[in-house]
Amino acid sequence: MSERKMVTIDGNEAAASTAHRINEVCAIYPITPSSNMGEWADQWSAEGRVNIWGTVPSVVELQSEGGASGAVHGALTTGALTTTFTASQGLLLMIPNMFKIAGELTSTVFHVTARSVATHALSIFGDHSDVMAARPTGFAMLASNSVQEVHDCAVIAQAASLASRVPFLHFFDGFRTSHEVQKIEELADEDLRAMMDEEHIRAHRERALSPDRPMLRGTAQNPDVFFQARERLSPYYAACPGHVQAAMDKFAKITGRQYHLFDYEGAPDAERVIILMGSGGETAHETVEYLNARGEKVGVLKVRLYRPFDAAALLRALPATVKRIAVLDRHKEPGASGEPLYQDVVTSLAEARVSGNWPFAVEPRVIGGRYGLSSKEFNSAMVKGVFDELARELPKNHFTIGINDDVSHTSLPYAPEFSTEPDNVVRALFYGLGSDGTVGANKNSIKIIGEDTPNWAQGYFVYDSKKAGAVTVSHLRFGPKPIRSTYLINQASFIACHQWVFHERYDMLANAMPGAIFLVNAVYGPGELWDHLPRETQQQLIDKKMKLYTIDAFEVGRQTGMGVRINTIMQTCFFAISGVLPRDEAIAAIKYAVKKTYGNKGEEVVRQNFSAIDQTLANLHEVKVPERVTSTLTRPPLVPAEAPEFVQNVIAPILGGRGDSLPVSAFPVDGTFPTATAQWEKRNIALEIPVWDPEICIQCGKCSLVCPHASIRPKIYDPKLLEKAPPTFKHTAYKGKEYPGMSLTYQVAPEDCTGCGLCVDVCPARSKSEVKHKAINMEEQSPLRVAERANYAFFLGLADMDRGQVRIDQVKGSQLLRPLFEYSGACAGCGETPYVKLLTQLFGDRAIIANATGCSSIYGANLPTTPYAVNADGRGPAWSNSLFEDNAEFGFGFRLTIDKHHEYAVELLHRLAGKIGDDLVTALVTADQKTESGIAQQRDRVVTLRKRLEGMTGWETNHLASLADYLVKKSVWIVGGDGWAYDIGYGGLDHVIASGRNVNLLVLDTEVYSNTGGQASKSTPRGAVAKFAASGKPLAKKDLALQAMSYGSVYVARVAMGARDQQTLTAFLEADAYEGPSIIIAYSHCIAHGIDMTTGMQNQKAAVDSGYWVLMRYNPESAMRGENPLKLDSPAPKISLKDYAYRETRYKMLTKSKPEEAARLLVLAQEDVRSRWQFYEQMAKLHYGKVDGAEAAGTAEKAE
Amino acid sequence: MDLSTTYMGLALRSPLVPSAGPYAEKVESLQALEDAGAGAVVLHSLFEEQIRAEERELVMRTEAGADSFAEALSYFPEPSEYRLGTEQYLHHITTLKRALHIPVIASLNGVTPGGWTSYAKKMESAGADALELNIYFMAADPAEGSAQVESRYLEIVRAVKAQVKIPVAVKLSSQFTSIANMARRLDEAGADGLVLFNRFYQPDFDLETLEVTPNLVLSTSWESRFAMRWIGVLCGKVKAGLAATGGVHTHEDAVKLIMSGADIVQICSAILTHGPKRLAEIEKAMREWMAAHEYESVKQMKGSMSQRNVADPASYARANYMKVLTSYR
Repeated sequence: MSERKMVTIDGNEAAASTAHRINEVCAIYPITPSSNMGEWADQWSAEGRVNIWGTVPSVVELQSEGGASGAVHGALTTGALTTTFTASQGLLLMIPNMFKIAGELTSTVFHVTARSVATHALSIFGDHSDVMAARPTGFAMLASNSVQEVHDCAVIAQAASLASRVPFLHFFDGFRTSHEVQKIEELADEDLRAMMDEEHIRAHRERALSPDRPMLRGTAQNPDVFFQARERLSPYYAACPGHVQAAMDKFAKITGRQYHLFDYEGAPDAERVIILMGSGGETAHETVEYLNARGEKVGVLKVRLYRPFDAAALLRALPATVKRIAVLDRHKEPGASGEPLYQDVVTSLAEARVSGNWPFAVEPRVIGGRYGLSSKEFNSAMVKGVFDELARELPKNHFTIGINDDVSHTSLPYAPEFSTEPDNVVRALFYGLGSDGTVGANKNSIKIIGEDTPNWAQGYFVYDSKKAGAVTVSHLRFGPKPIRSTYLINQASFIACHQWVFHERYDMLANAMPGAIFLVNAVYGPGELWDHLPRETQQQLIDKKMKLYTIDAFEVGRQTGMGVRINTIMQTCFFAISGVLPRDEAIAAIKYAVKKTYGNKGEEVVRQNFSAIDQTLANLHEVKVPERVTSTLTRPPLVPAEAPEFVQNVIAPILGGRGDSLPVSAFPVDGTFPTATAQWEKRNIALEIPVWDPEICIQCGKCSLVCPHASIRPKIYDPKLLEKAPPTFKHTAYKGKEYPGMSLTYQVAPEDCTGCGLCVDVCPARSKSEVKHKAINMEEQSPLRVAERANYAFFLGLADMDRGQVRIDQVKGSQLLRPLFEYSGACAGCGETPYVKLLTQLFGDRAIIANATGCSSIYGANLPTTPYAVNADGRGPAWSNSLFEDNAEFGFGFRLTIDKHHEYAVELLHRLAGKIGDDLVTALVTADQKTESGIAQQRDRVVTLRKRLEGMTGWETNHLASLADYLVKKSVWIVGGDGWAYDIGYGGLDHVIASGRNVNLLVLDTEVYSNTGGQASKSTPRGAVAKFAASGKPLAKKDLALQAMSYGSVYVARVAMGARDQQTLTAFLEADAYEGPSIIIAYSHCIAHGIDMTTGMQNQKAAVDSGYWVLMRYNPESAMRGENPLKLDSPAPKISLKDYAYRETRYKMLTKSKPEEAARLLVLAQEDVRSRWQFYEQMAKLHYGKVDGAEAAGTAEKAE
Repeated sequence: MDLSTTYMGLALRSPLVPSAGPYAEKVESLQALEDAGAGAVVLHSLFEEQIRAEERELVMRTEAGADSFAEALSYFPEPSEYRLGTEQYLHHITTLKRALHIPVIASLNGVTPGGWTSYAKKMESAGADALELNIYFMAADPAEGSAQVESRYLEIVRAVKAQVKIPVAVKLSSQFTSIANMARRLDEAGADGLVLFNRFYQPDFDLETLEVTPNLVLSTSWESRFAMRWIGVLCGKVKAGLAATGGVHTHEDAVKLIMSGADIVQICSAILTHGPKRLAEIEKAMREWMAAHEYESVKQMKGSMSQRNVADPASYARANYMKVLTSYR
């Protein structure tokens, strides 16, 4: 037996490490939080890592989880050891195949990071609702509670599945376990080999479908036999728990870690016991030990094998002394008589009592409750709360714990200050930005301590709901014993603030324990730091007798070339102050870790980091905490006083990180939320913002068009209004002839701008005497903030231009329309949001948007706020997200309603024409709504109609009143990314564009699954590197436009705003005007391309110039006129594909990892470009003769 | 006809050597040049900035947006190994050493004596027969005086020489107050060869986009006279071998440079314009010229018209200027 290594890894890697070594095929599809398992497997296979039998597992990505489960089923049926990884909706899509796999008694293990199923809202976080939905499939279910258990149970499940023939779902809590980094003992290949029974593997292969010994599966059976045949497998389920326990026992012999179907921890004579499964079991375990050490008699029963449910084993595991049992479910099943685990326990006890097989002295009273939905915090105080409830004479049943349910009054009280954190554990909290590398450095620290010292280590990371300027909070624990605290740190001994701006937003010291250390990164020297801290912070520092340290990490970063990535610097400070390791030892270890992390990327980066480490200590200072609060600064309110009530009461607490404190009654009953809320969240994340120079500006509107966050906007207004303008408000005379005498302003939203710089990059106007000075230029934000805030407020107060007056078919004019999508949480420099914003400018007041899950649904509707906004009339986009896979159909449903309601409203108009008046009815029915003014007039008519209806009675009148708005044109927009359009939603998309109905599809094509971290889709171009295509995508991108054109009845456009913005605008207008299905495929540069986001629009242009991205519009209306419907809007390739592609790391990376393959794929990709261009060019030149009745008749005449 | 020559201790079959150019990136092109008679090959330069920038960019671009959002903690797969430009360059040297019989001279381009000089050692280990240091330095900082610029050159040479045992040539610019003095000091600092001269690419303006664009203008024969003068002056006065570069287009250019004292003549523009076969054409013409003029070997010809071997040494100096002026009358 070779020695086993201690490693610090997260739950996903722990699962993948085992699964990859004991399988032959992995069929995968990305879904949070399970994606990393597939990514590890793919990467290891790409690098040629072999399984325990010496062969490299085949890892393939499918188009959906439905597809992945189908492929798994097929691979299993033909005898390969096969696995997959999934969660949530992904698991739901696998259910049909799971029934089949189980019904056919086929051995496999699905590794599942248990995650909430979307209900009133989507959540990426952890609970058991997905696993519970898979209960009827017949899969066995094995729960792992910690990273070590995930690693171990992955092989136990596999062994038991092969022995029992029952397929297994091995699950662990999403994020809490899948993303928690822990020090664990890694299983050696020998361990895995010892667990795998060769005989069982041989039997598995022999059951496979083979023409050499033909058989049939998947028959159709009828009422006469199906039932009996279905009952045939029951003995296998009866035997299954025995096989699991046998595998657990075998595992214990090999590794010394003993698991049971149910593991009881606590007093042998406990009277109160909690039963639960998943990561919460660890916290309960810790709490039980704590309470018993203080004289209580309590216990916890951790359920490991949940299906098949072995009631006898459950009873054996419980102490006979138990009087009270609380069963906790991380799941809600509305309308059920109790949650599933509760029901299982109650049933087991009831059956045991009836059968007389009754071990208990007195009949235990059982209560059930819900906890931890969507990774809701579940800590020892809550466990204590449940035990306290059990001690009450009449404990509450069907309770909730961890929330304040002031509606149905289910929640149990608990004392939040109760803590079981042991004294010998270092507990550190780090507040950082995603971009400053805090999380990476902390992961390194865990590795250093976990792998180089005898200490145990744990890391858990809490991320932001925003992508730009995202805040991260790292929770690190180090201690001499294994760490079971599966909850956030609330008694920190060390807190670090890596960014000054957090002082005004977060109460970082709320979780500080007395005597804790506070490390602050600040530009202020040790002498001046104190006066710059807000009063609240000063007070806590004094009250809790804390120690204060400061460093100017940005200065050290500047000196050493690290820039804003201050990770290594702050990490060095942590080690220097916290005393986790002797200082010299720690520094050596950090350097070693740096070398390990960056060594493969070259000496330069390593050298920079080393120099930063060396310079850090000289710049680290302790600040003596004075005895009195002296600051004049207080933490400002999170939202201004004028914000609406809902924003004040619900959104503001979420913004401040206090969402946990909101009671149930704060929320809408059905998941609906108000729009226009992002305006209240002033994030101030830009270091620099654009400053307008009216002297140079040519008033083209391009800056506004490309702004991803609607943070630079033009307005035209009467100069008289300037009398009330703030002193620094800039303006100039409008240059166009259409609005003589008017003034113009381009105004920046200083607190909403992310500082991406796209606007400056696209600005075409340069100073004649100094070319680097453009009409907009980036300048430091902080000195401008106050004045520009006032200017922006004044600007917003100026009336929007009448939409009927605006030349919306020109870029310049379109930008005078108010954006109804503003200040989203998308990445700085996002390539998608400018299109979404344009959509809302053009059609927002009548748009109803179906949004596929992905980046656009996240920046569109991830709480706390939404960027979708309303205009002065209160109109704006209505938005919803159904799923990832069904978005086209979802939006199609919108259209069905709108068309039906319009049709019915027209019918009612005719029926009631006598009372309403024929003129109005005719006008309403025949209205031309092709123009903005046409729509405005129709809205006026509807107002008139409503007035007339008010004086009328009858059910038809009531119906018409409720449907009258449908007489005004509505635009249905179906928005999503390429993962939806090319892969998972393609079947639906294809059907919907074939329907002939008037829907508009906008595909925000980033050529990769951006939201889940850059996995390849069928849109990924040949030669680009992506996850699941680590060796470069071997085949060319699918031509979705060409496929759509094949119908002949679909309006199709391919656009790239950065290449030709006017063509983009025209395409949007034509798509909306076309009375049938339209699809716009929009090149969206993306952070996942590995580009400089500031110049993203240049990448778009290069893509078009190289001929890679051919701009085109296909309008079926042209064909009806006898013209060629295809128009090419970009010229023949001007630059080589290489000149475009190698601007982007996604392509260039391959030249560094596999240069020969990169060269080969580049040649093929260039050939793709050439042949596609030729093909399009010829298509666009085809002669379209008009074949209509007249022409046909003419031909007939000539023949005579 | 004996075309062989010795350059920095390397015995070469011919003085015609393709200089550092883009064709050096492909093994096939260099094989074609070997077949066309090249005495050695000088590889394209590995740039100091390239080394630094590439490493930084890779980290920056692959880490951008990482660890920010729970669903996307990274955006790229993380290969355990990269073959960075530097490694590919080294790999290229190894490949070439297997594919070619003629010596391979690696080229390193930089302006500061920083850590990048350690790549010289790696090039040696990869099998390079010699190094050419291309010190492409524009002295554009008004605060940096000529003495500082000169010592920058010397420091780099010393730093690199300390790293390797193979011969090291310095490709230098002509923009020194005293070229001859600079050459001697480089010689003393340990340079085994001097490559005269570096051509600076001049910037250009794009009048539509108002951007400064790099601009490549190929050389003409006339430019070779510049090297001819200074090689003629230095021949016999420095230990270092002398290589002429810039403006060698015809056999006549080559012959003149050899006569002035060049051990080798490096050819670039002619190959870029006409392909590797041009090298063979120049060699053929050179052989014919030598035969017609009864020269037996390159060695015989080398330095025959250097400053110390011509009848009127002053013709290399100011006298030449006066002569040119008067010749216009």
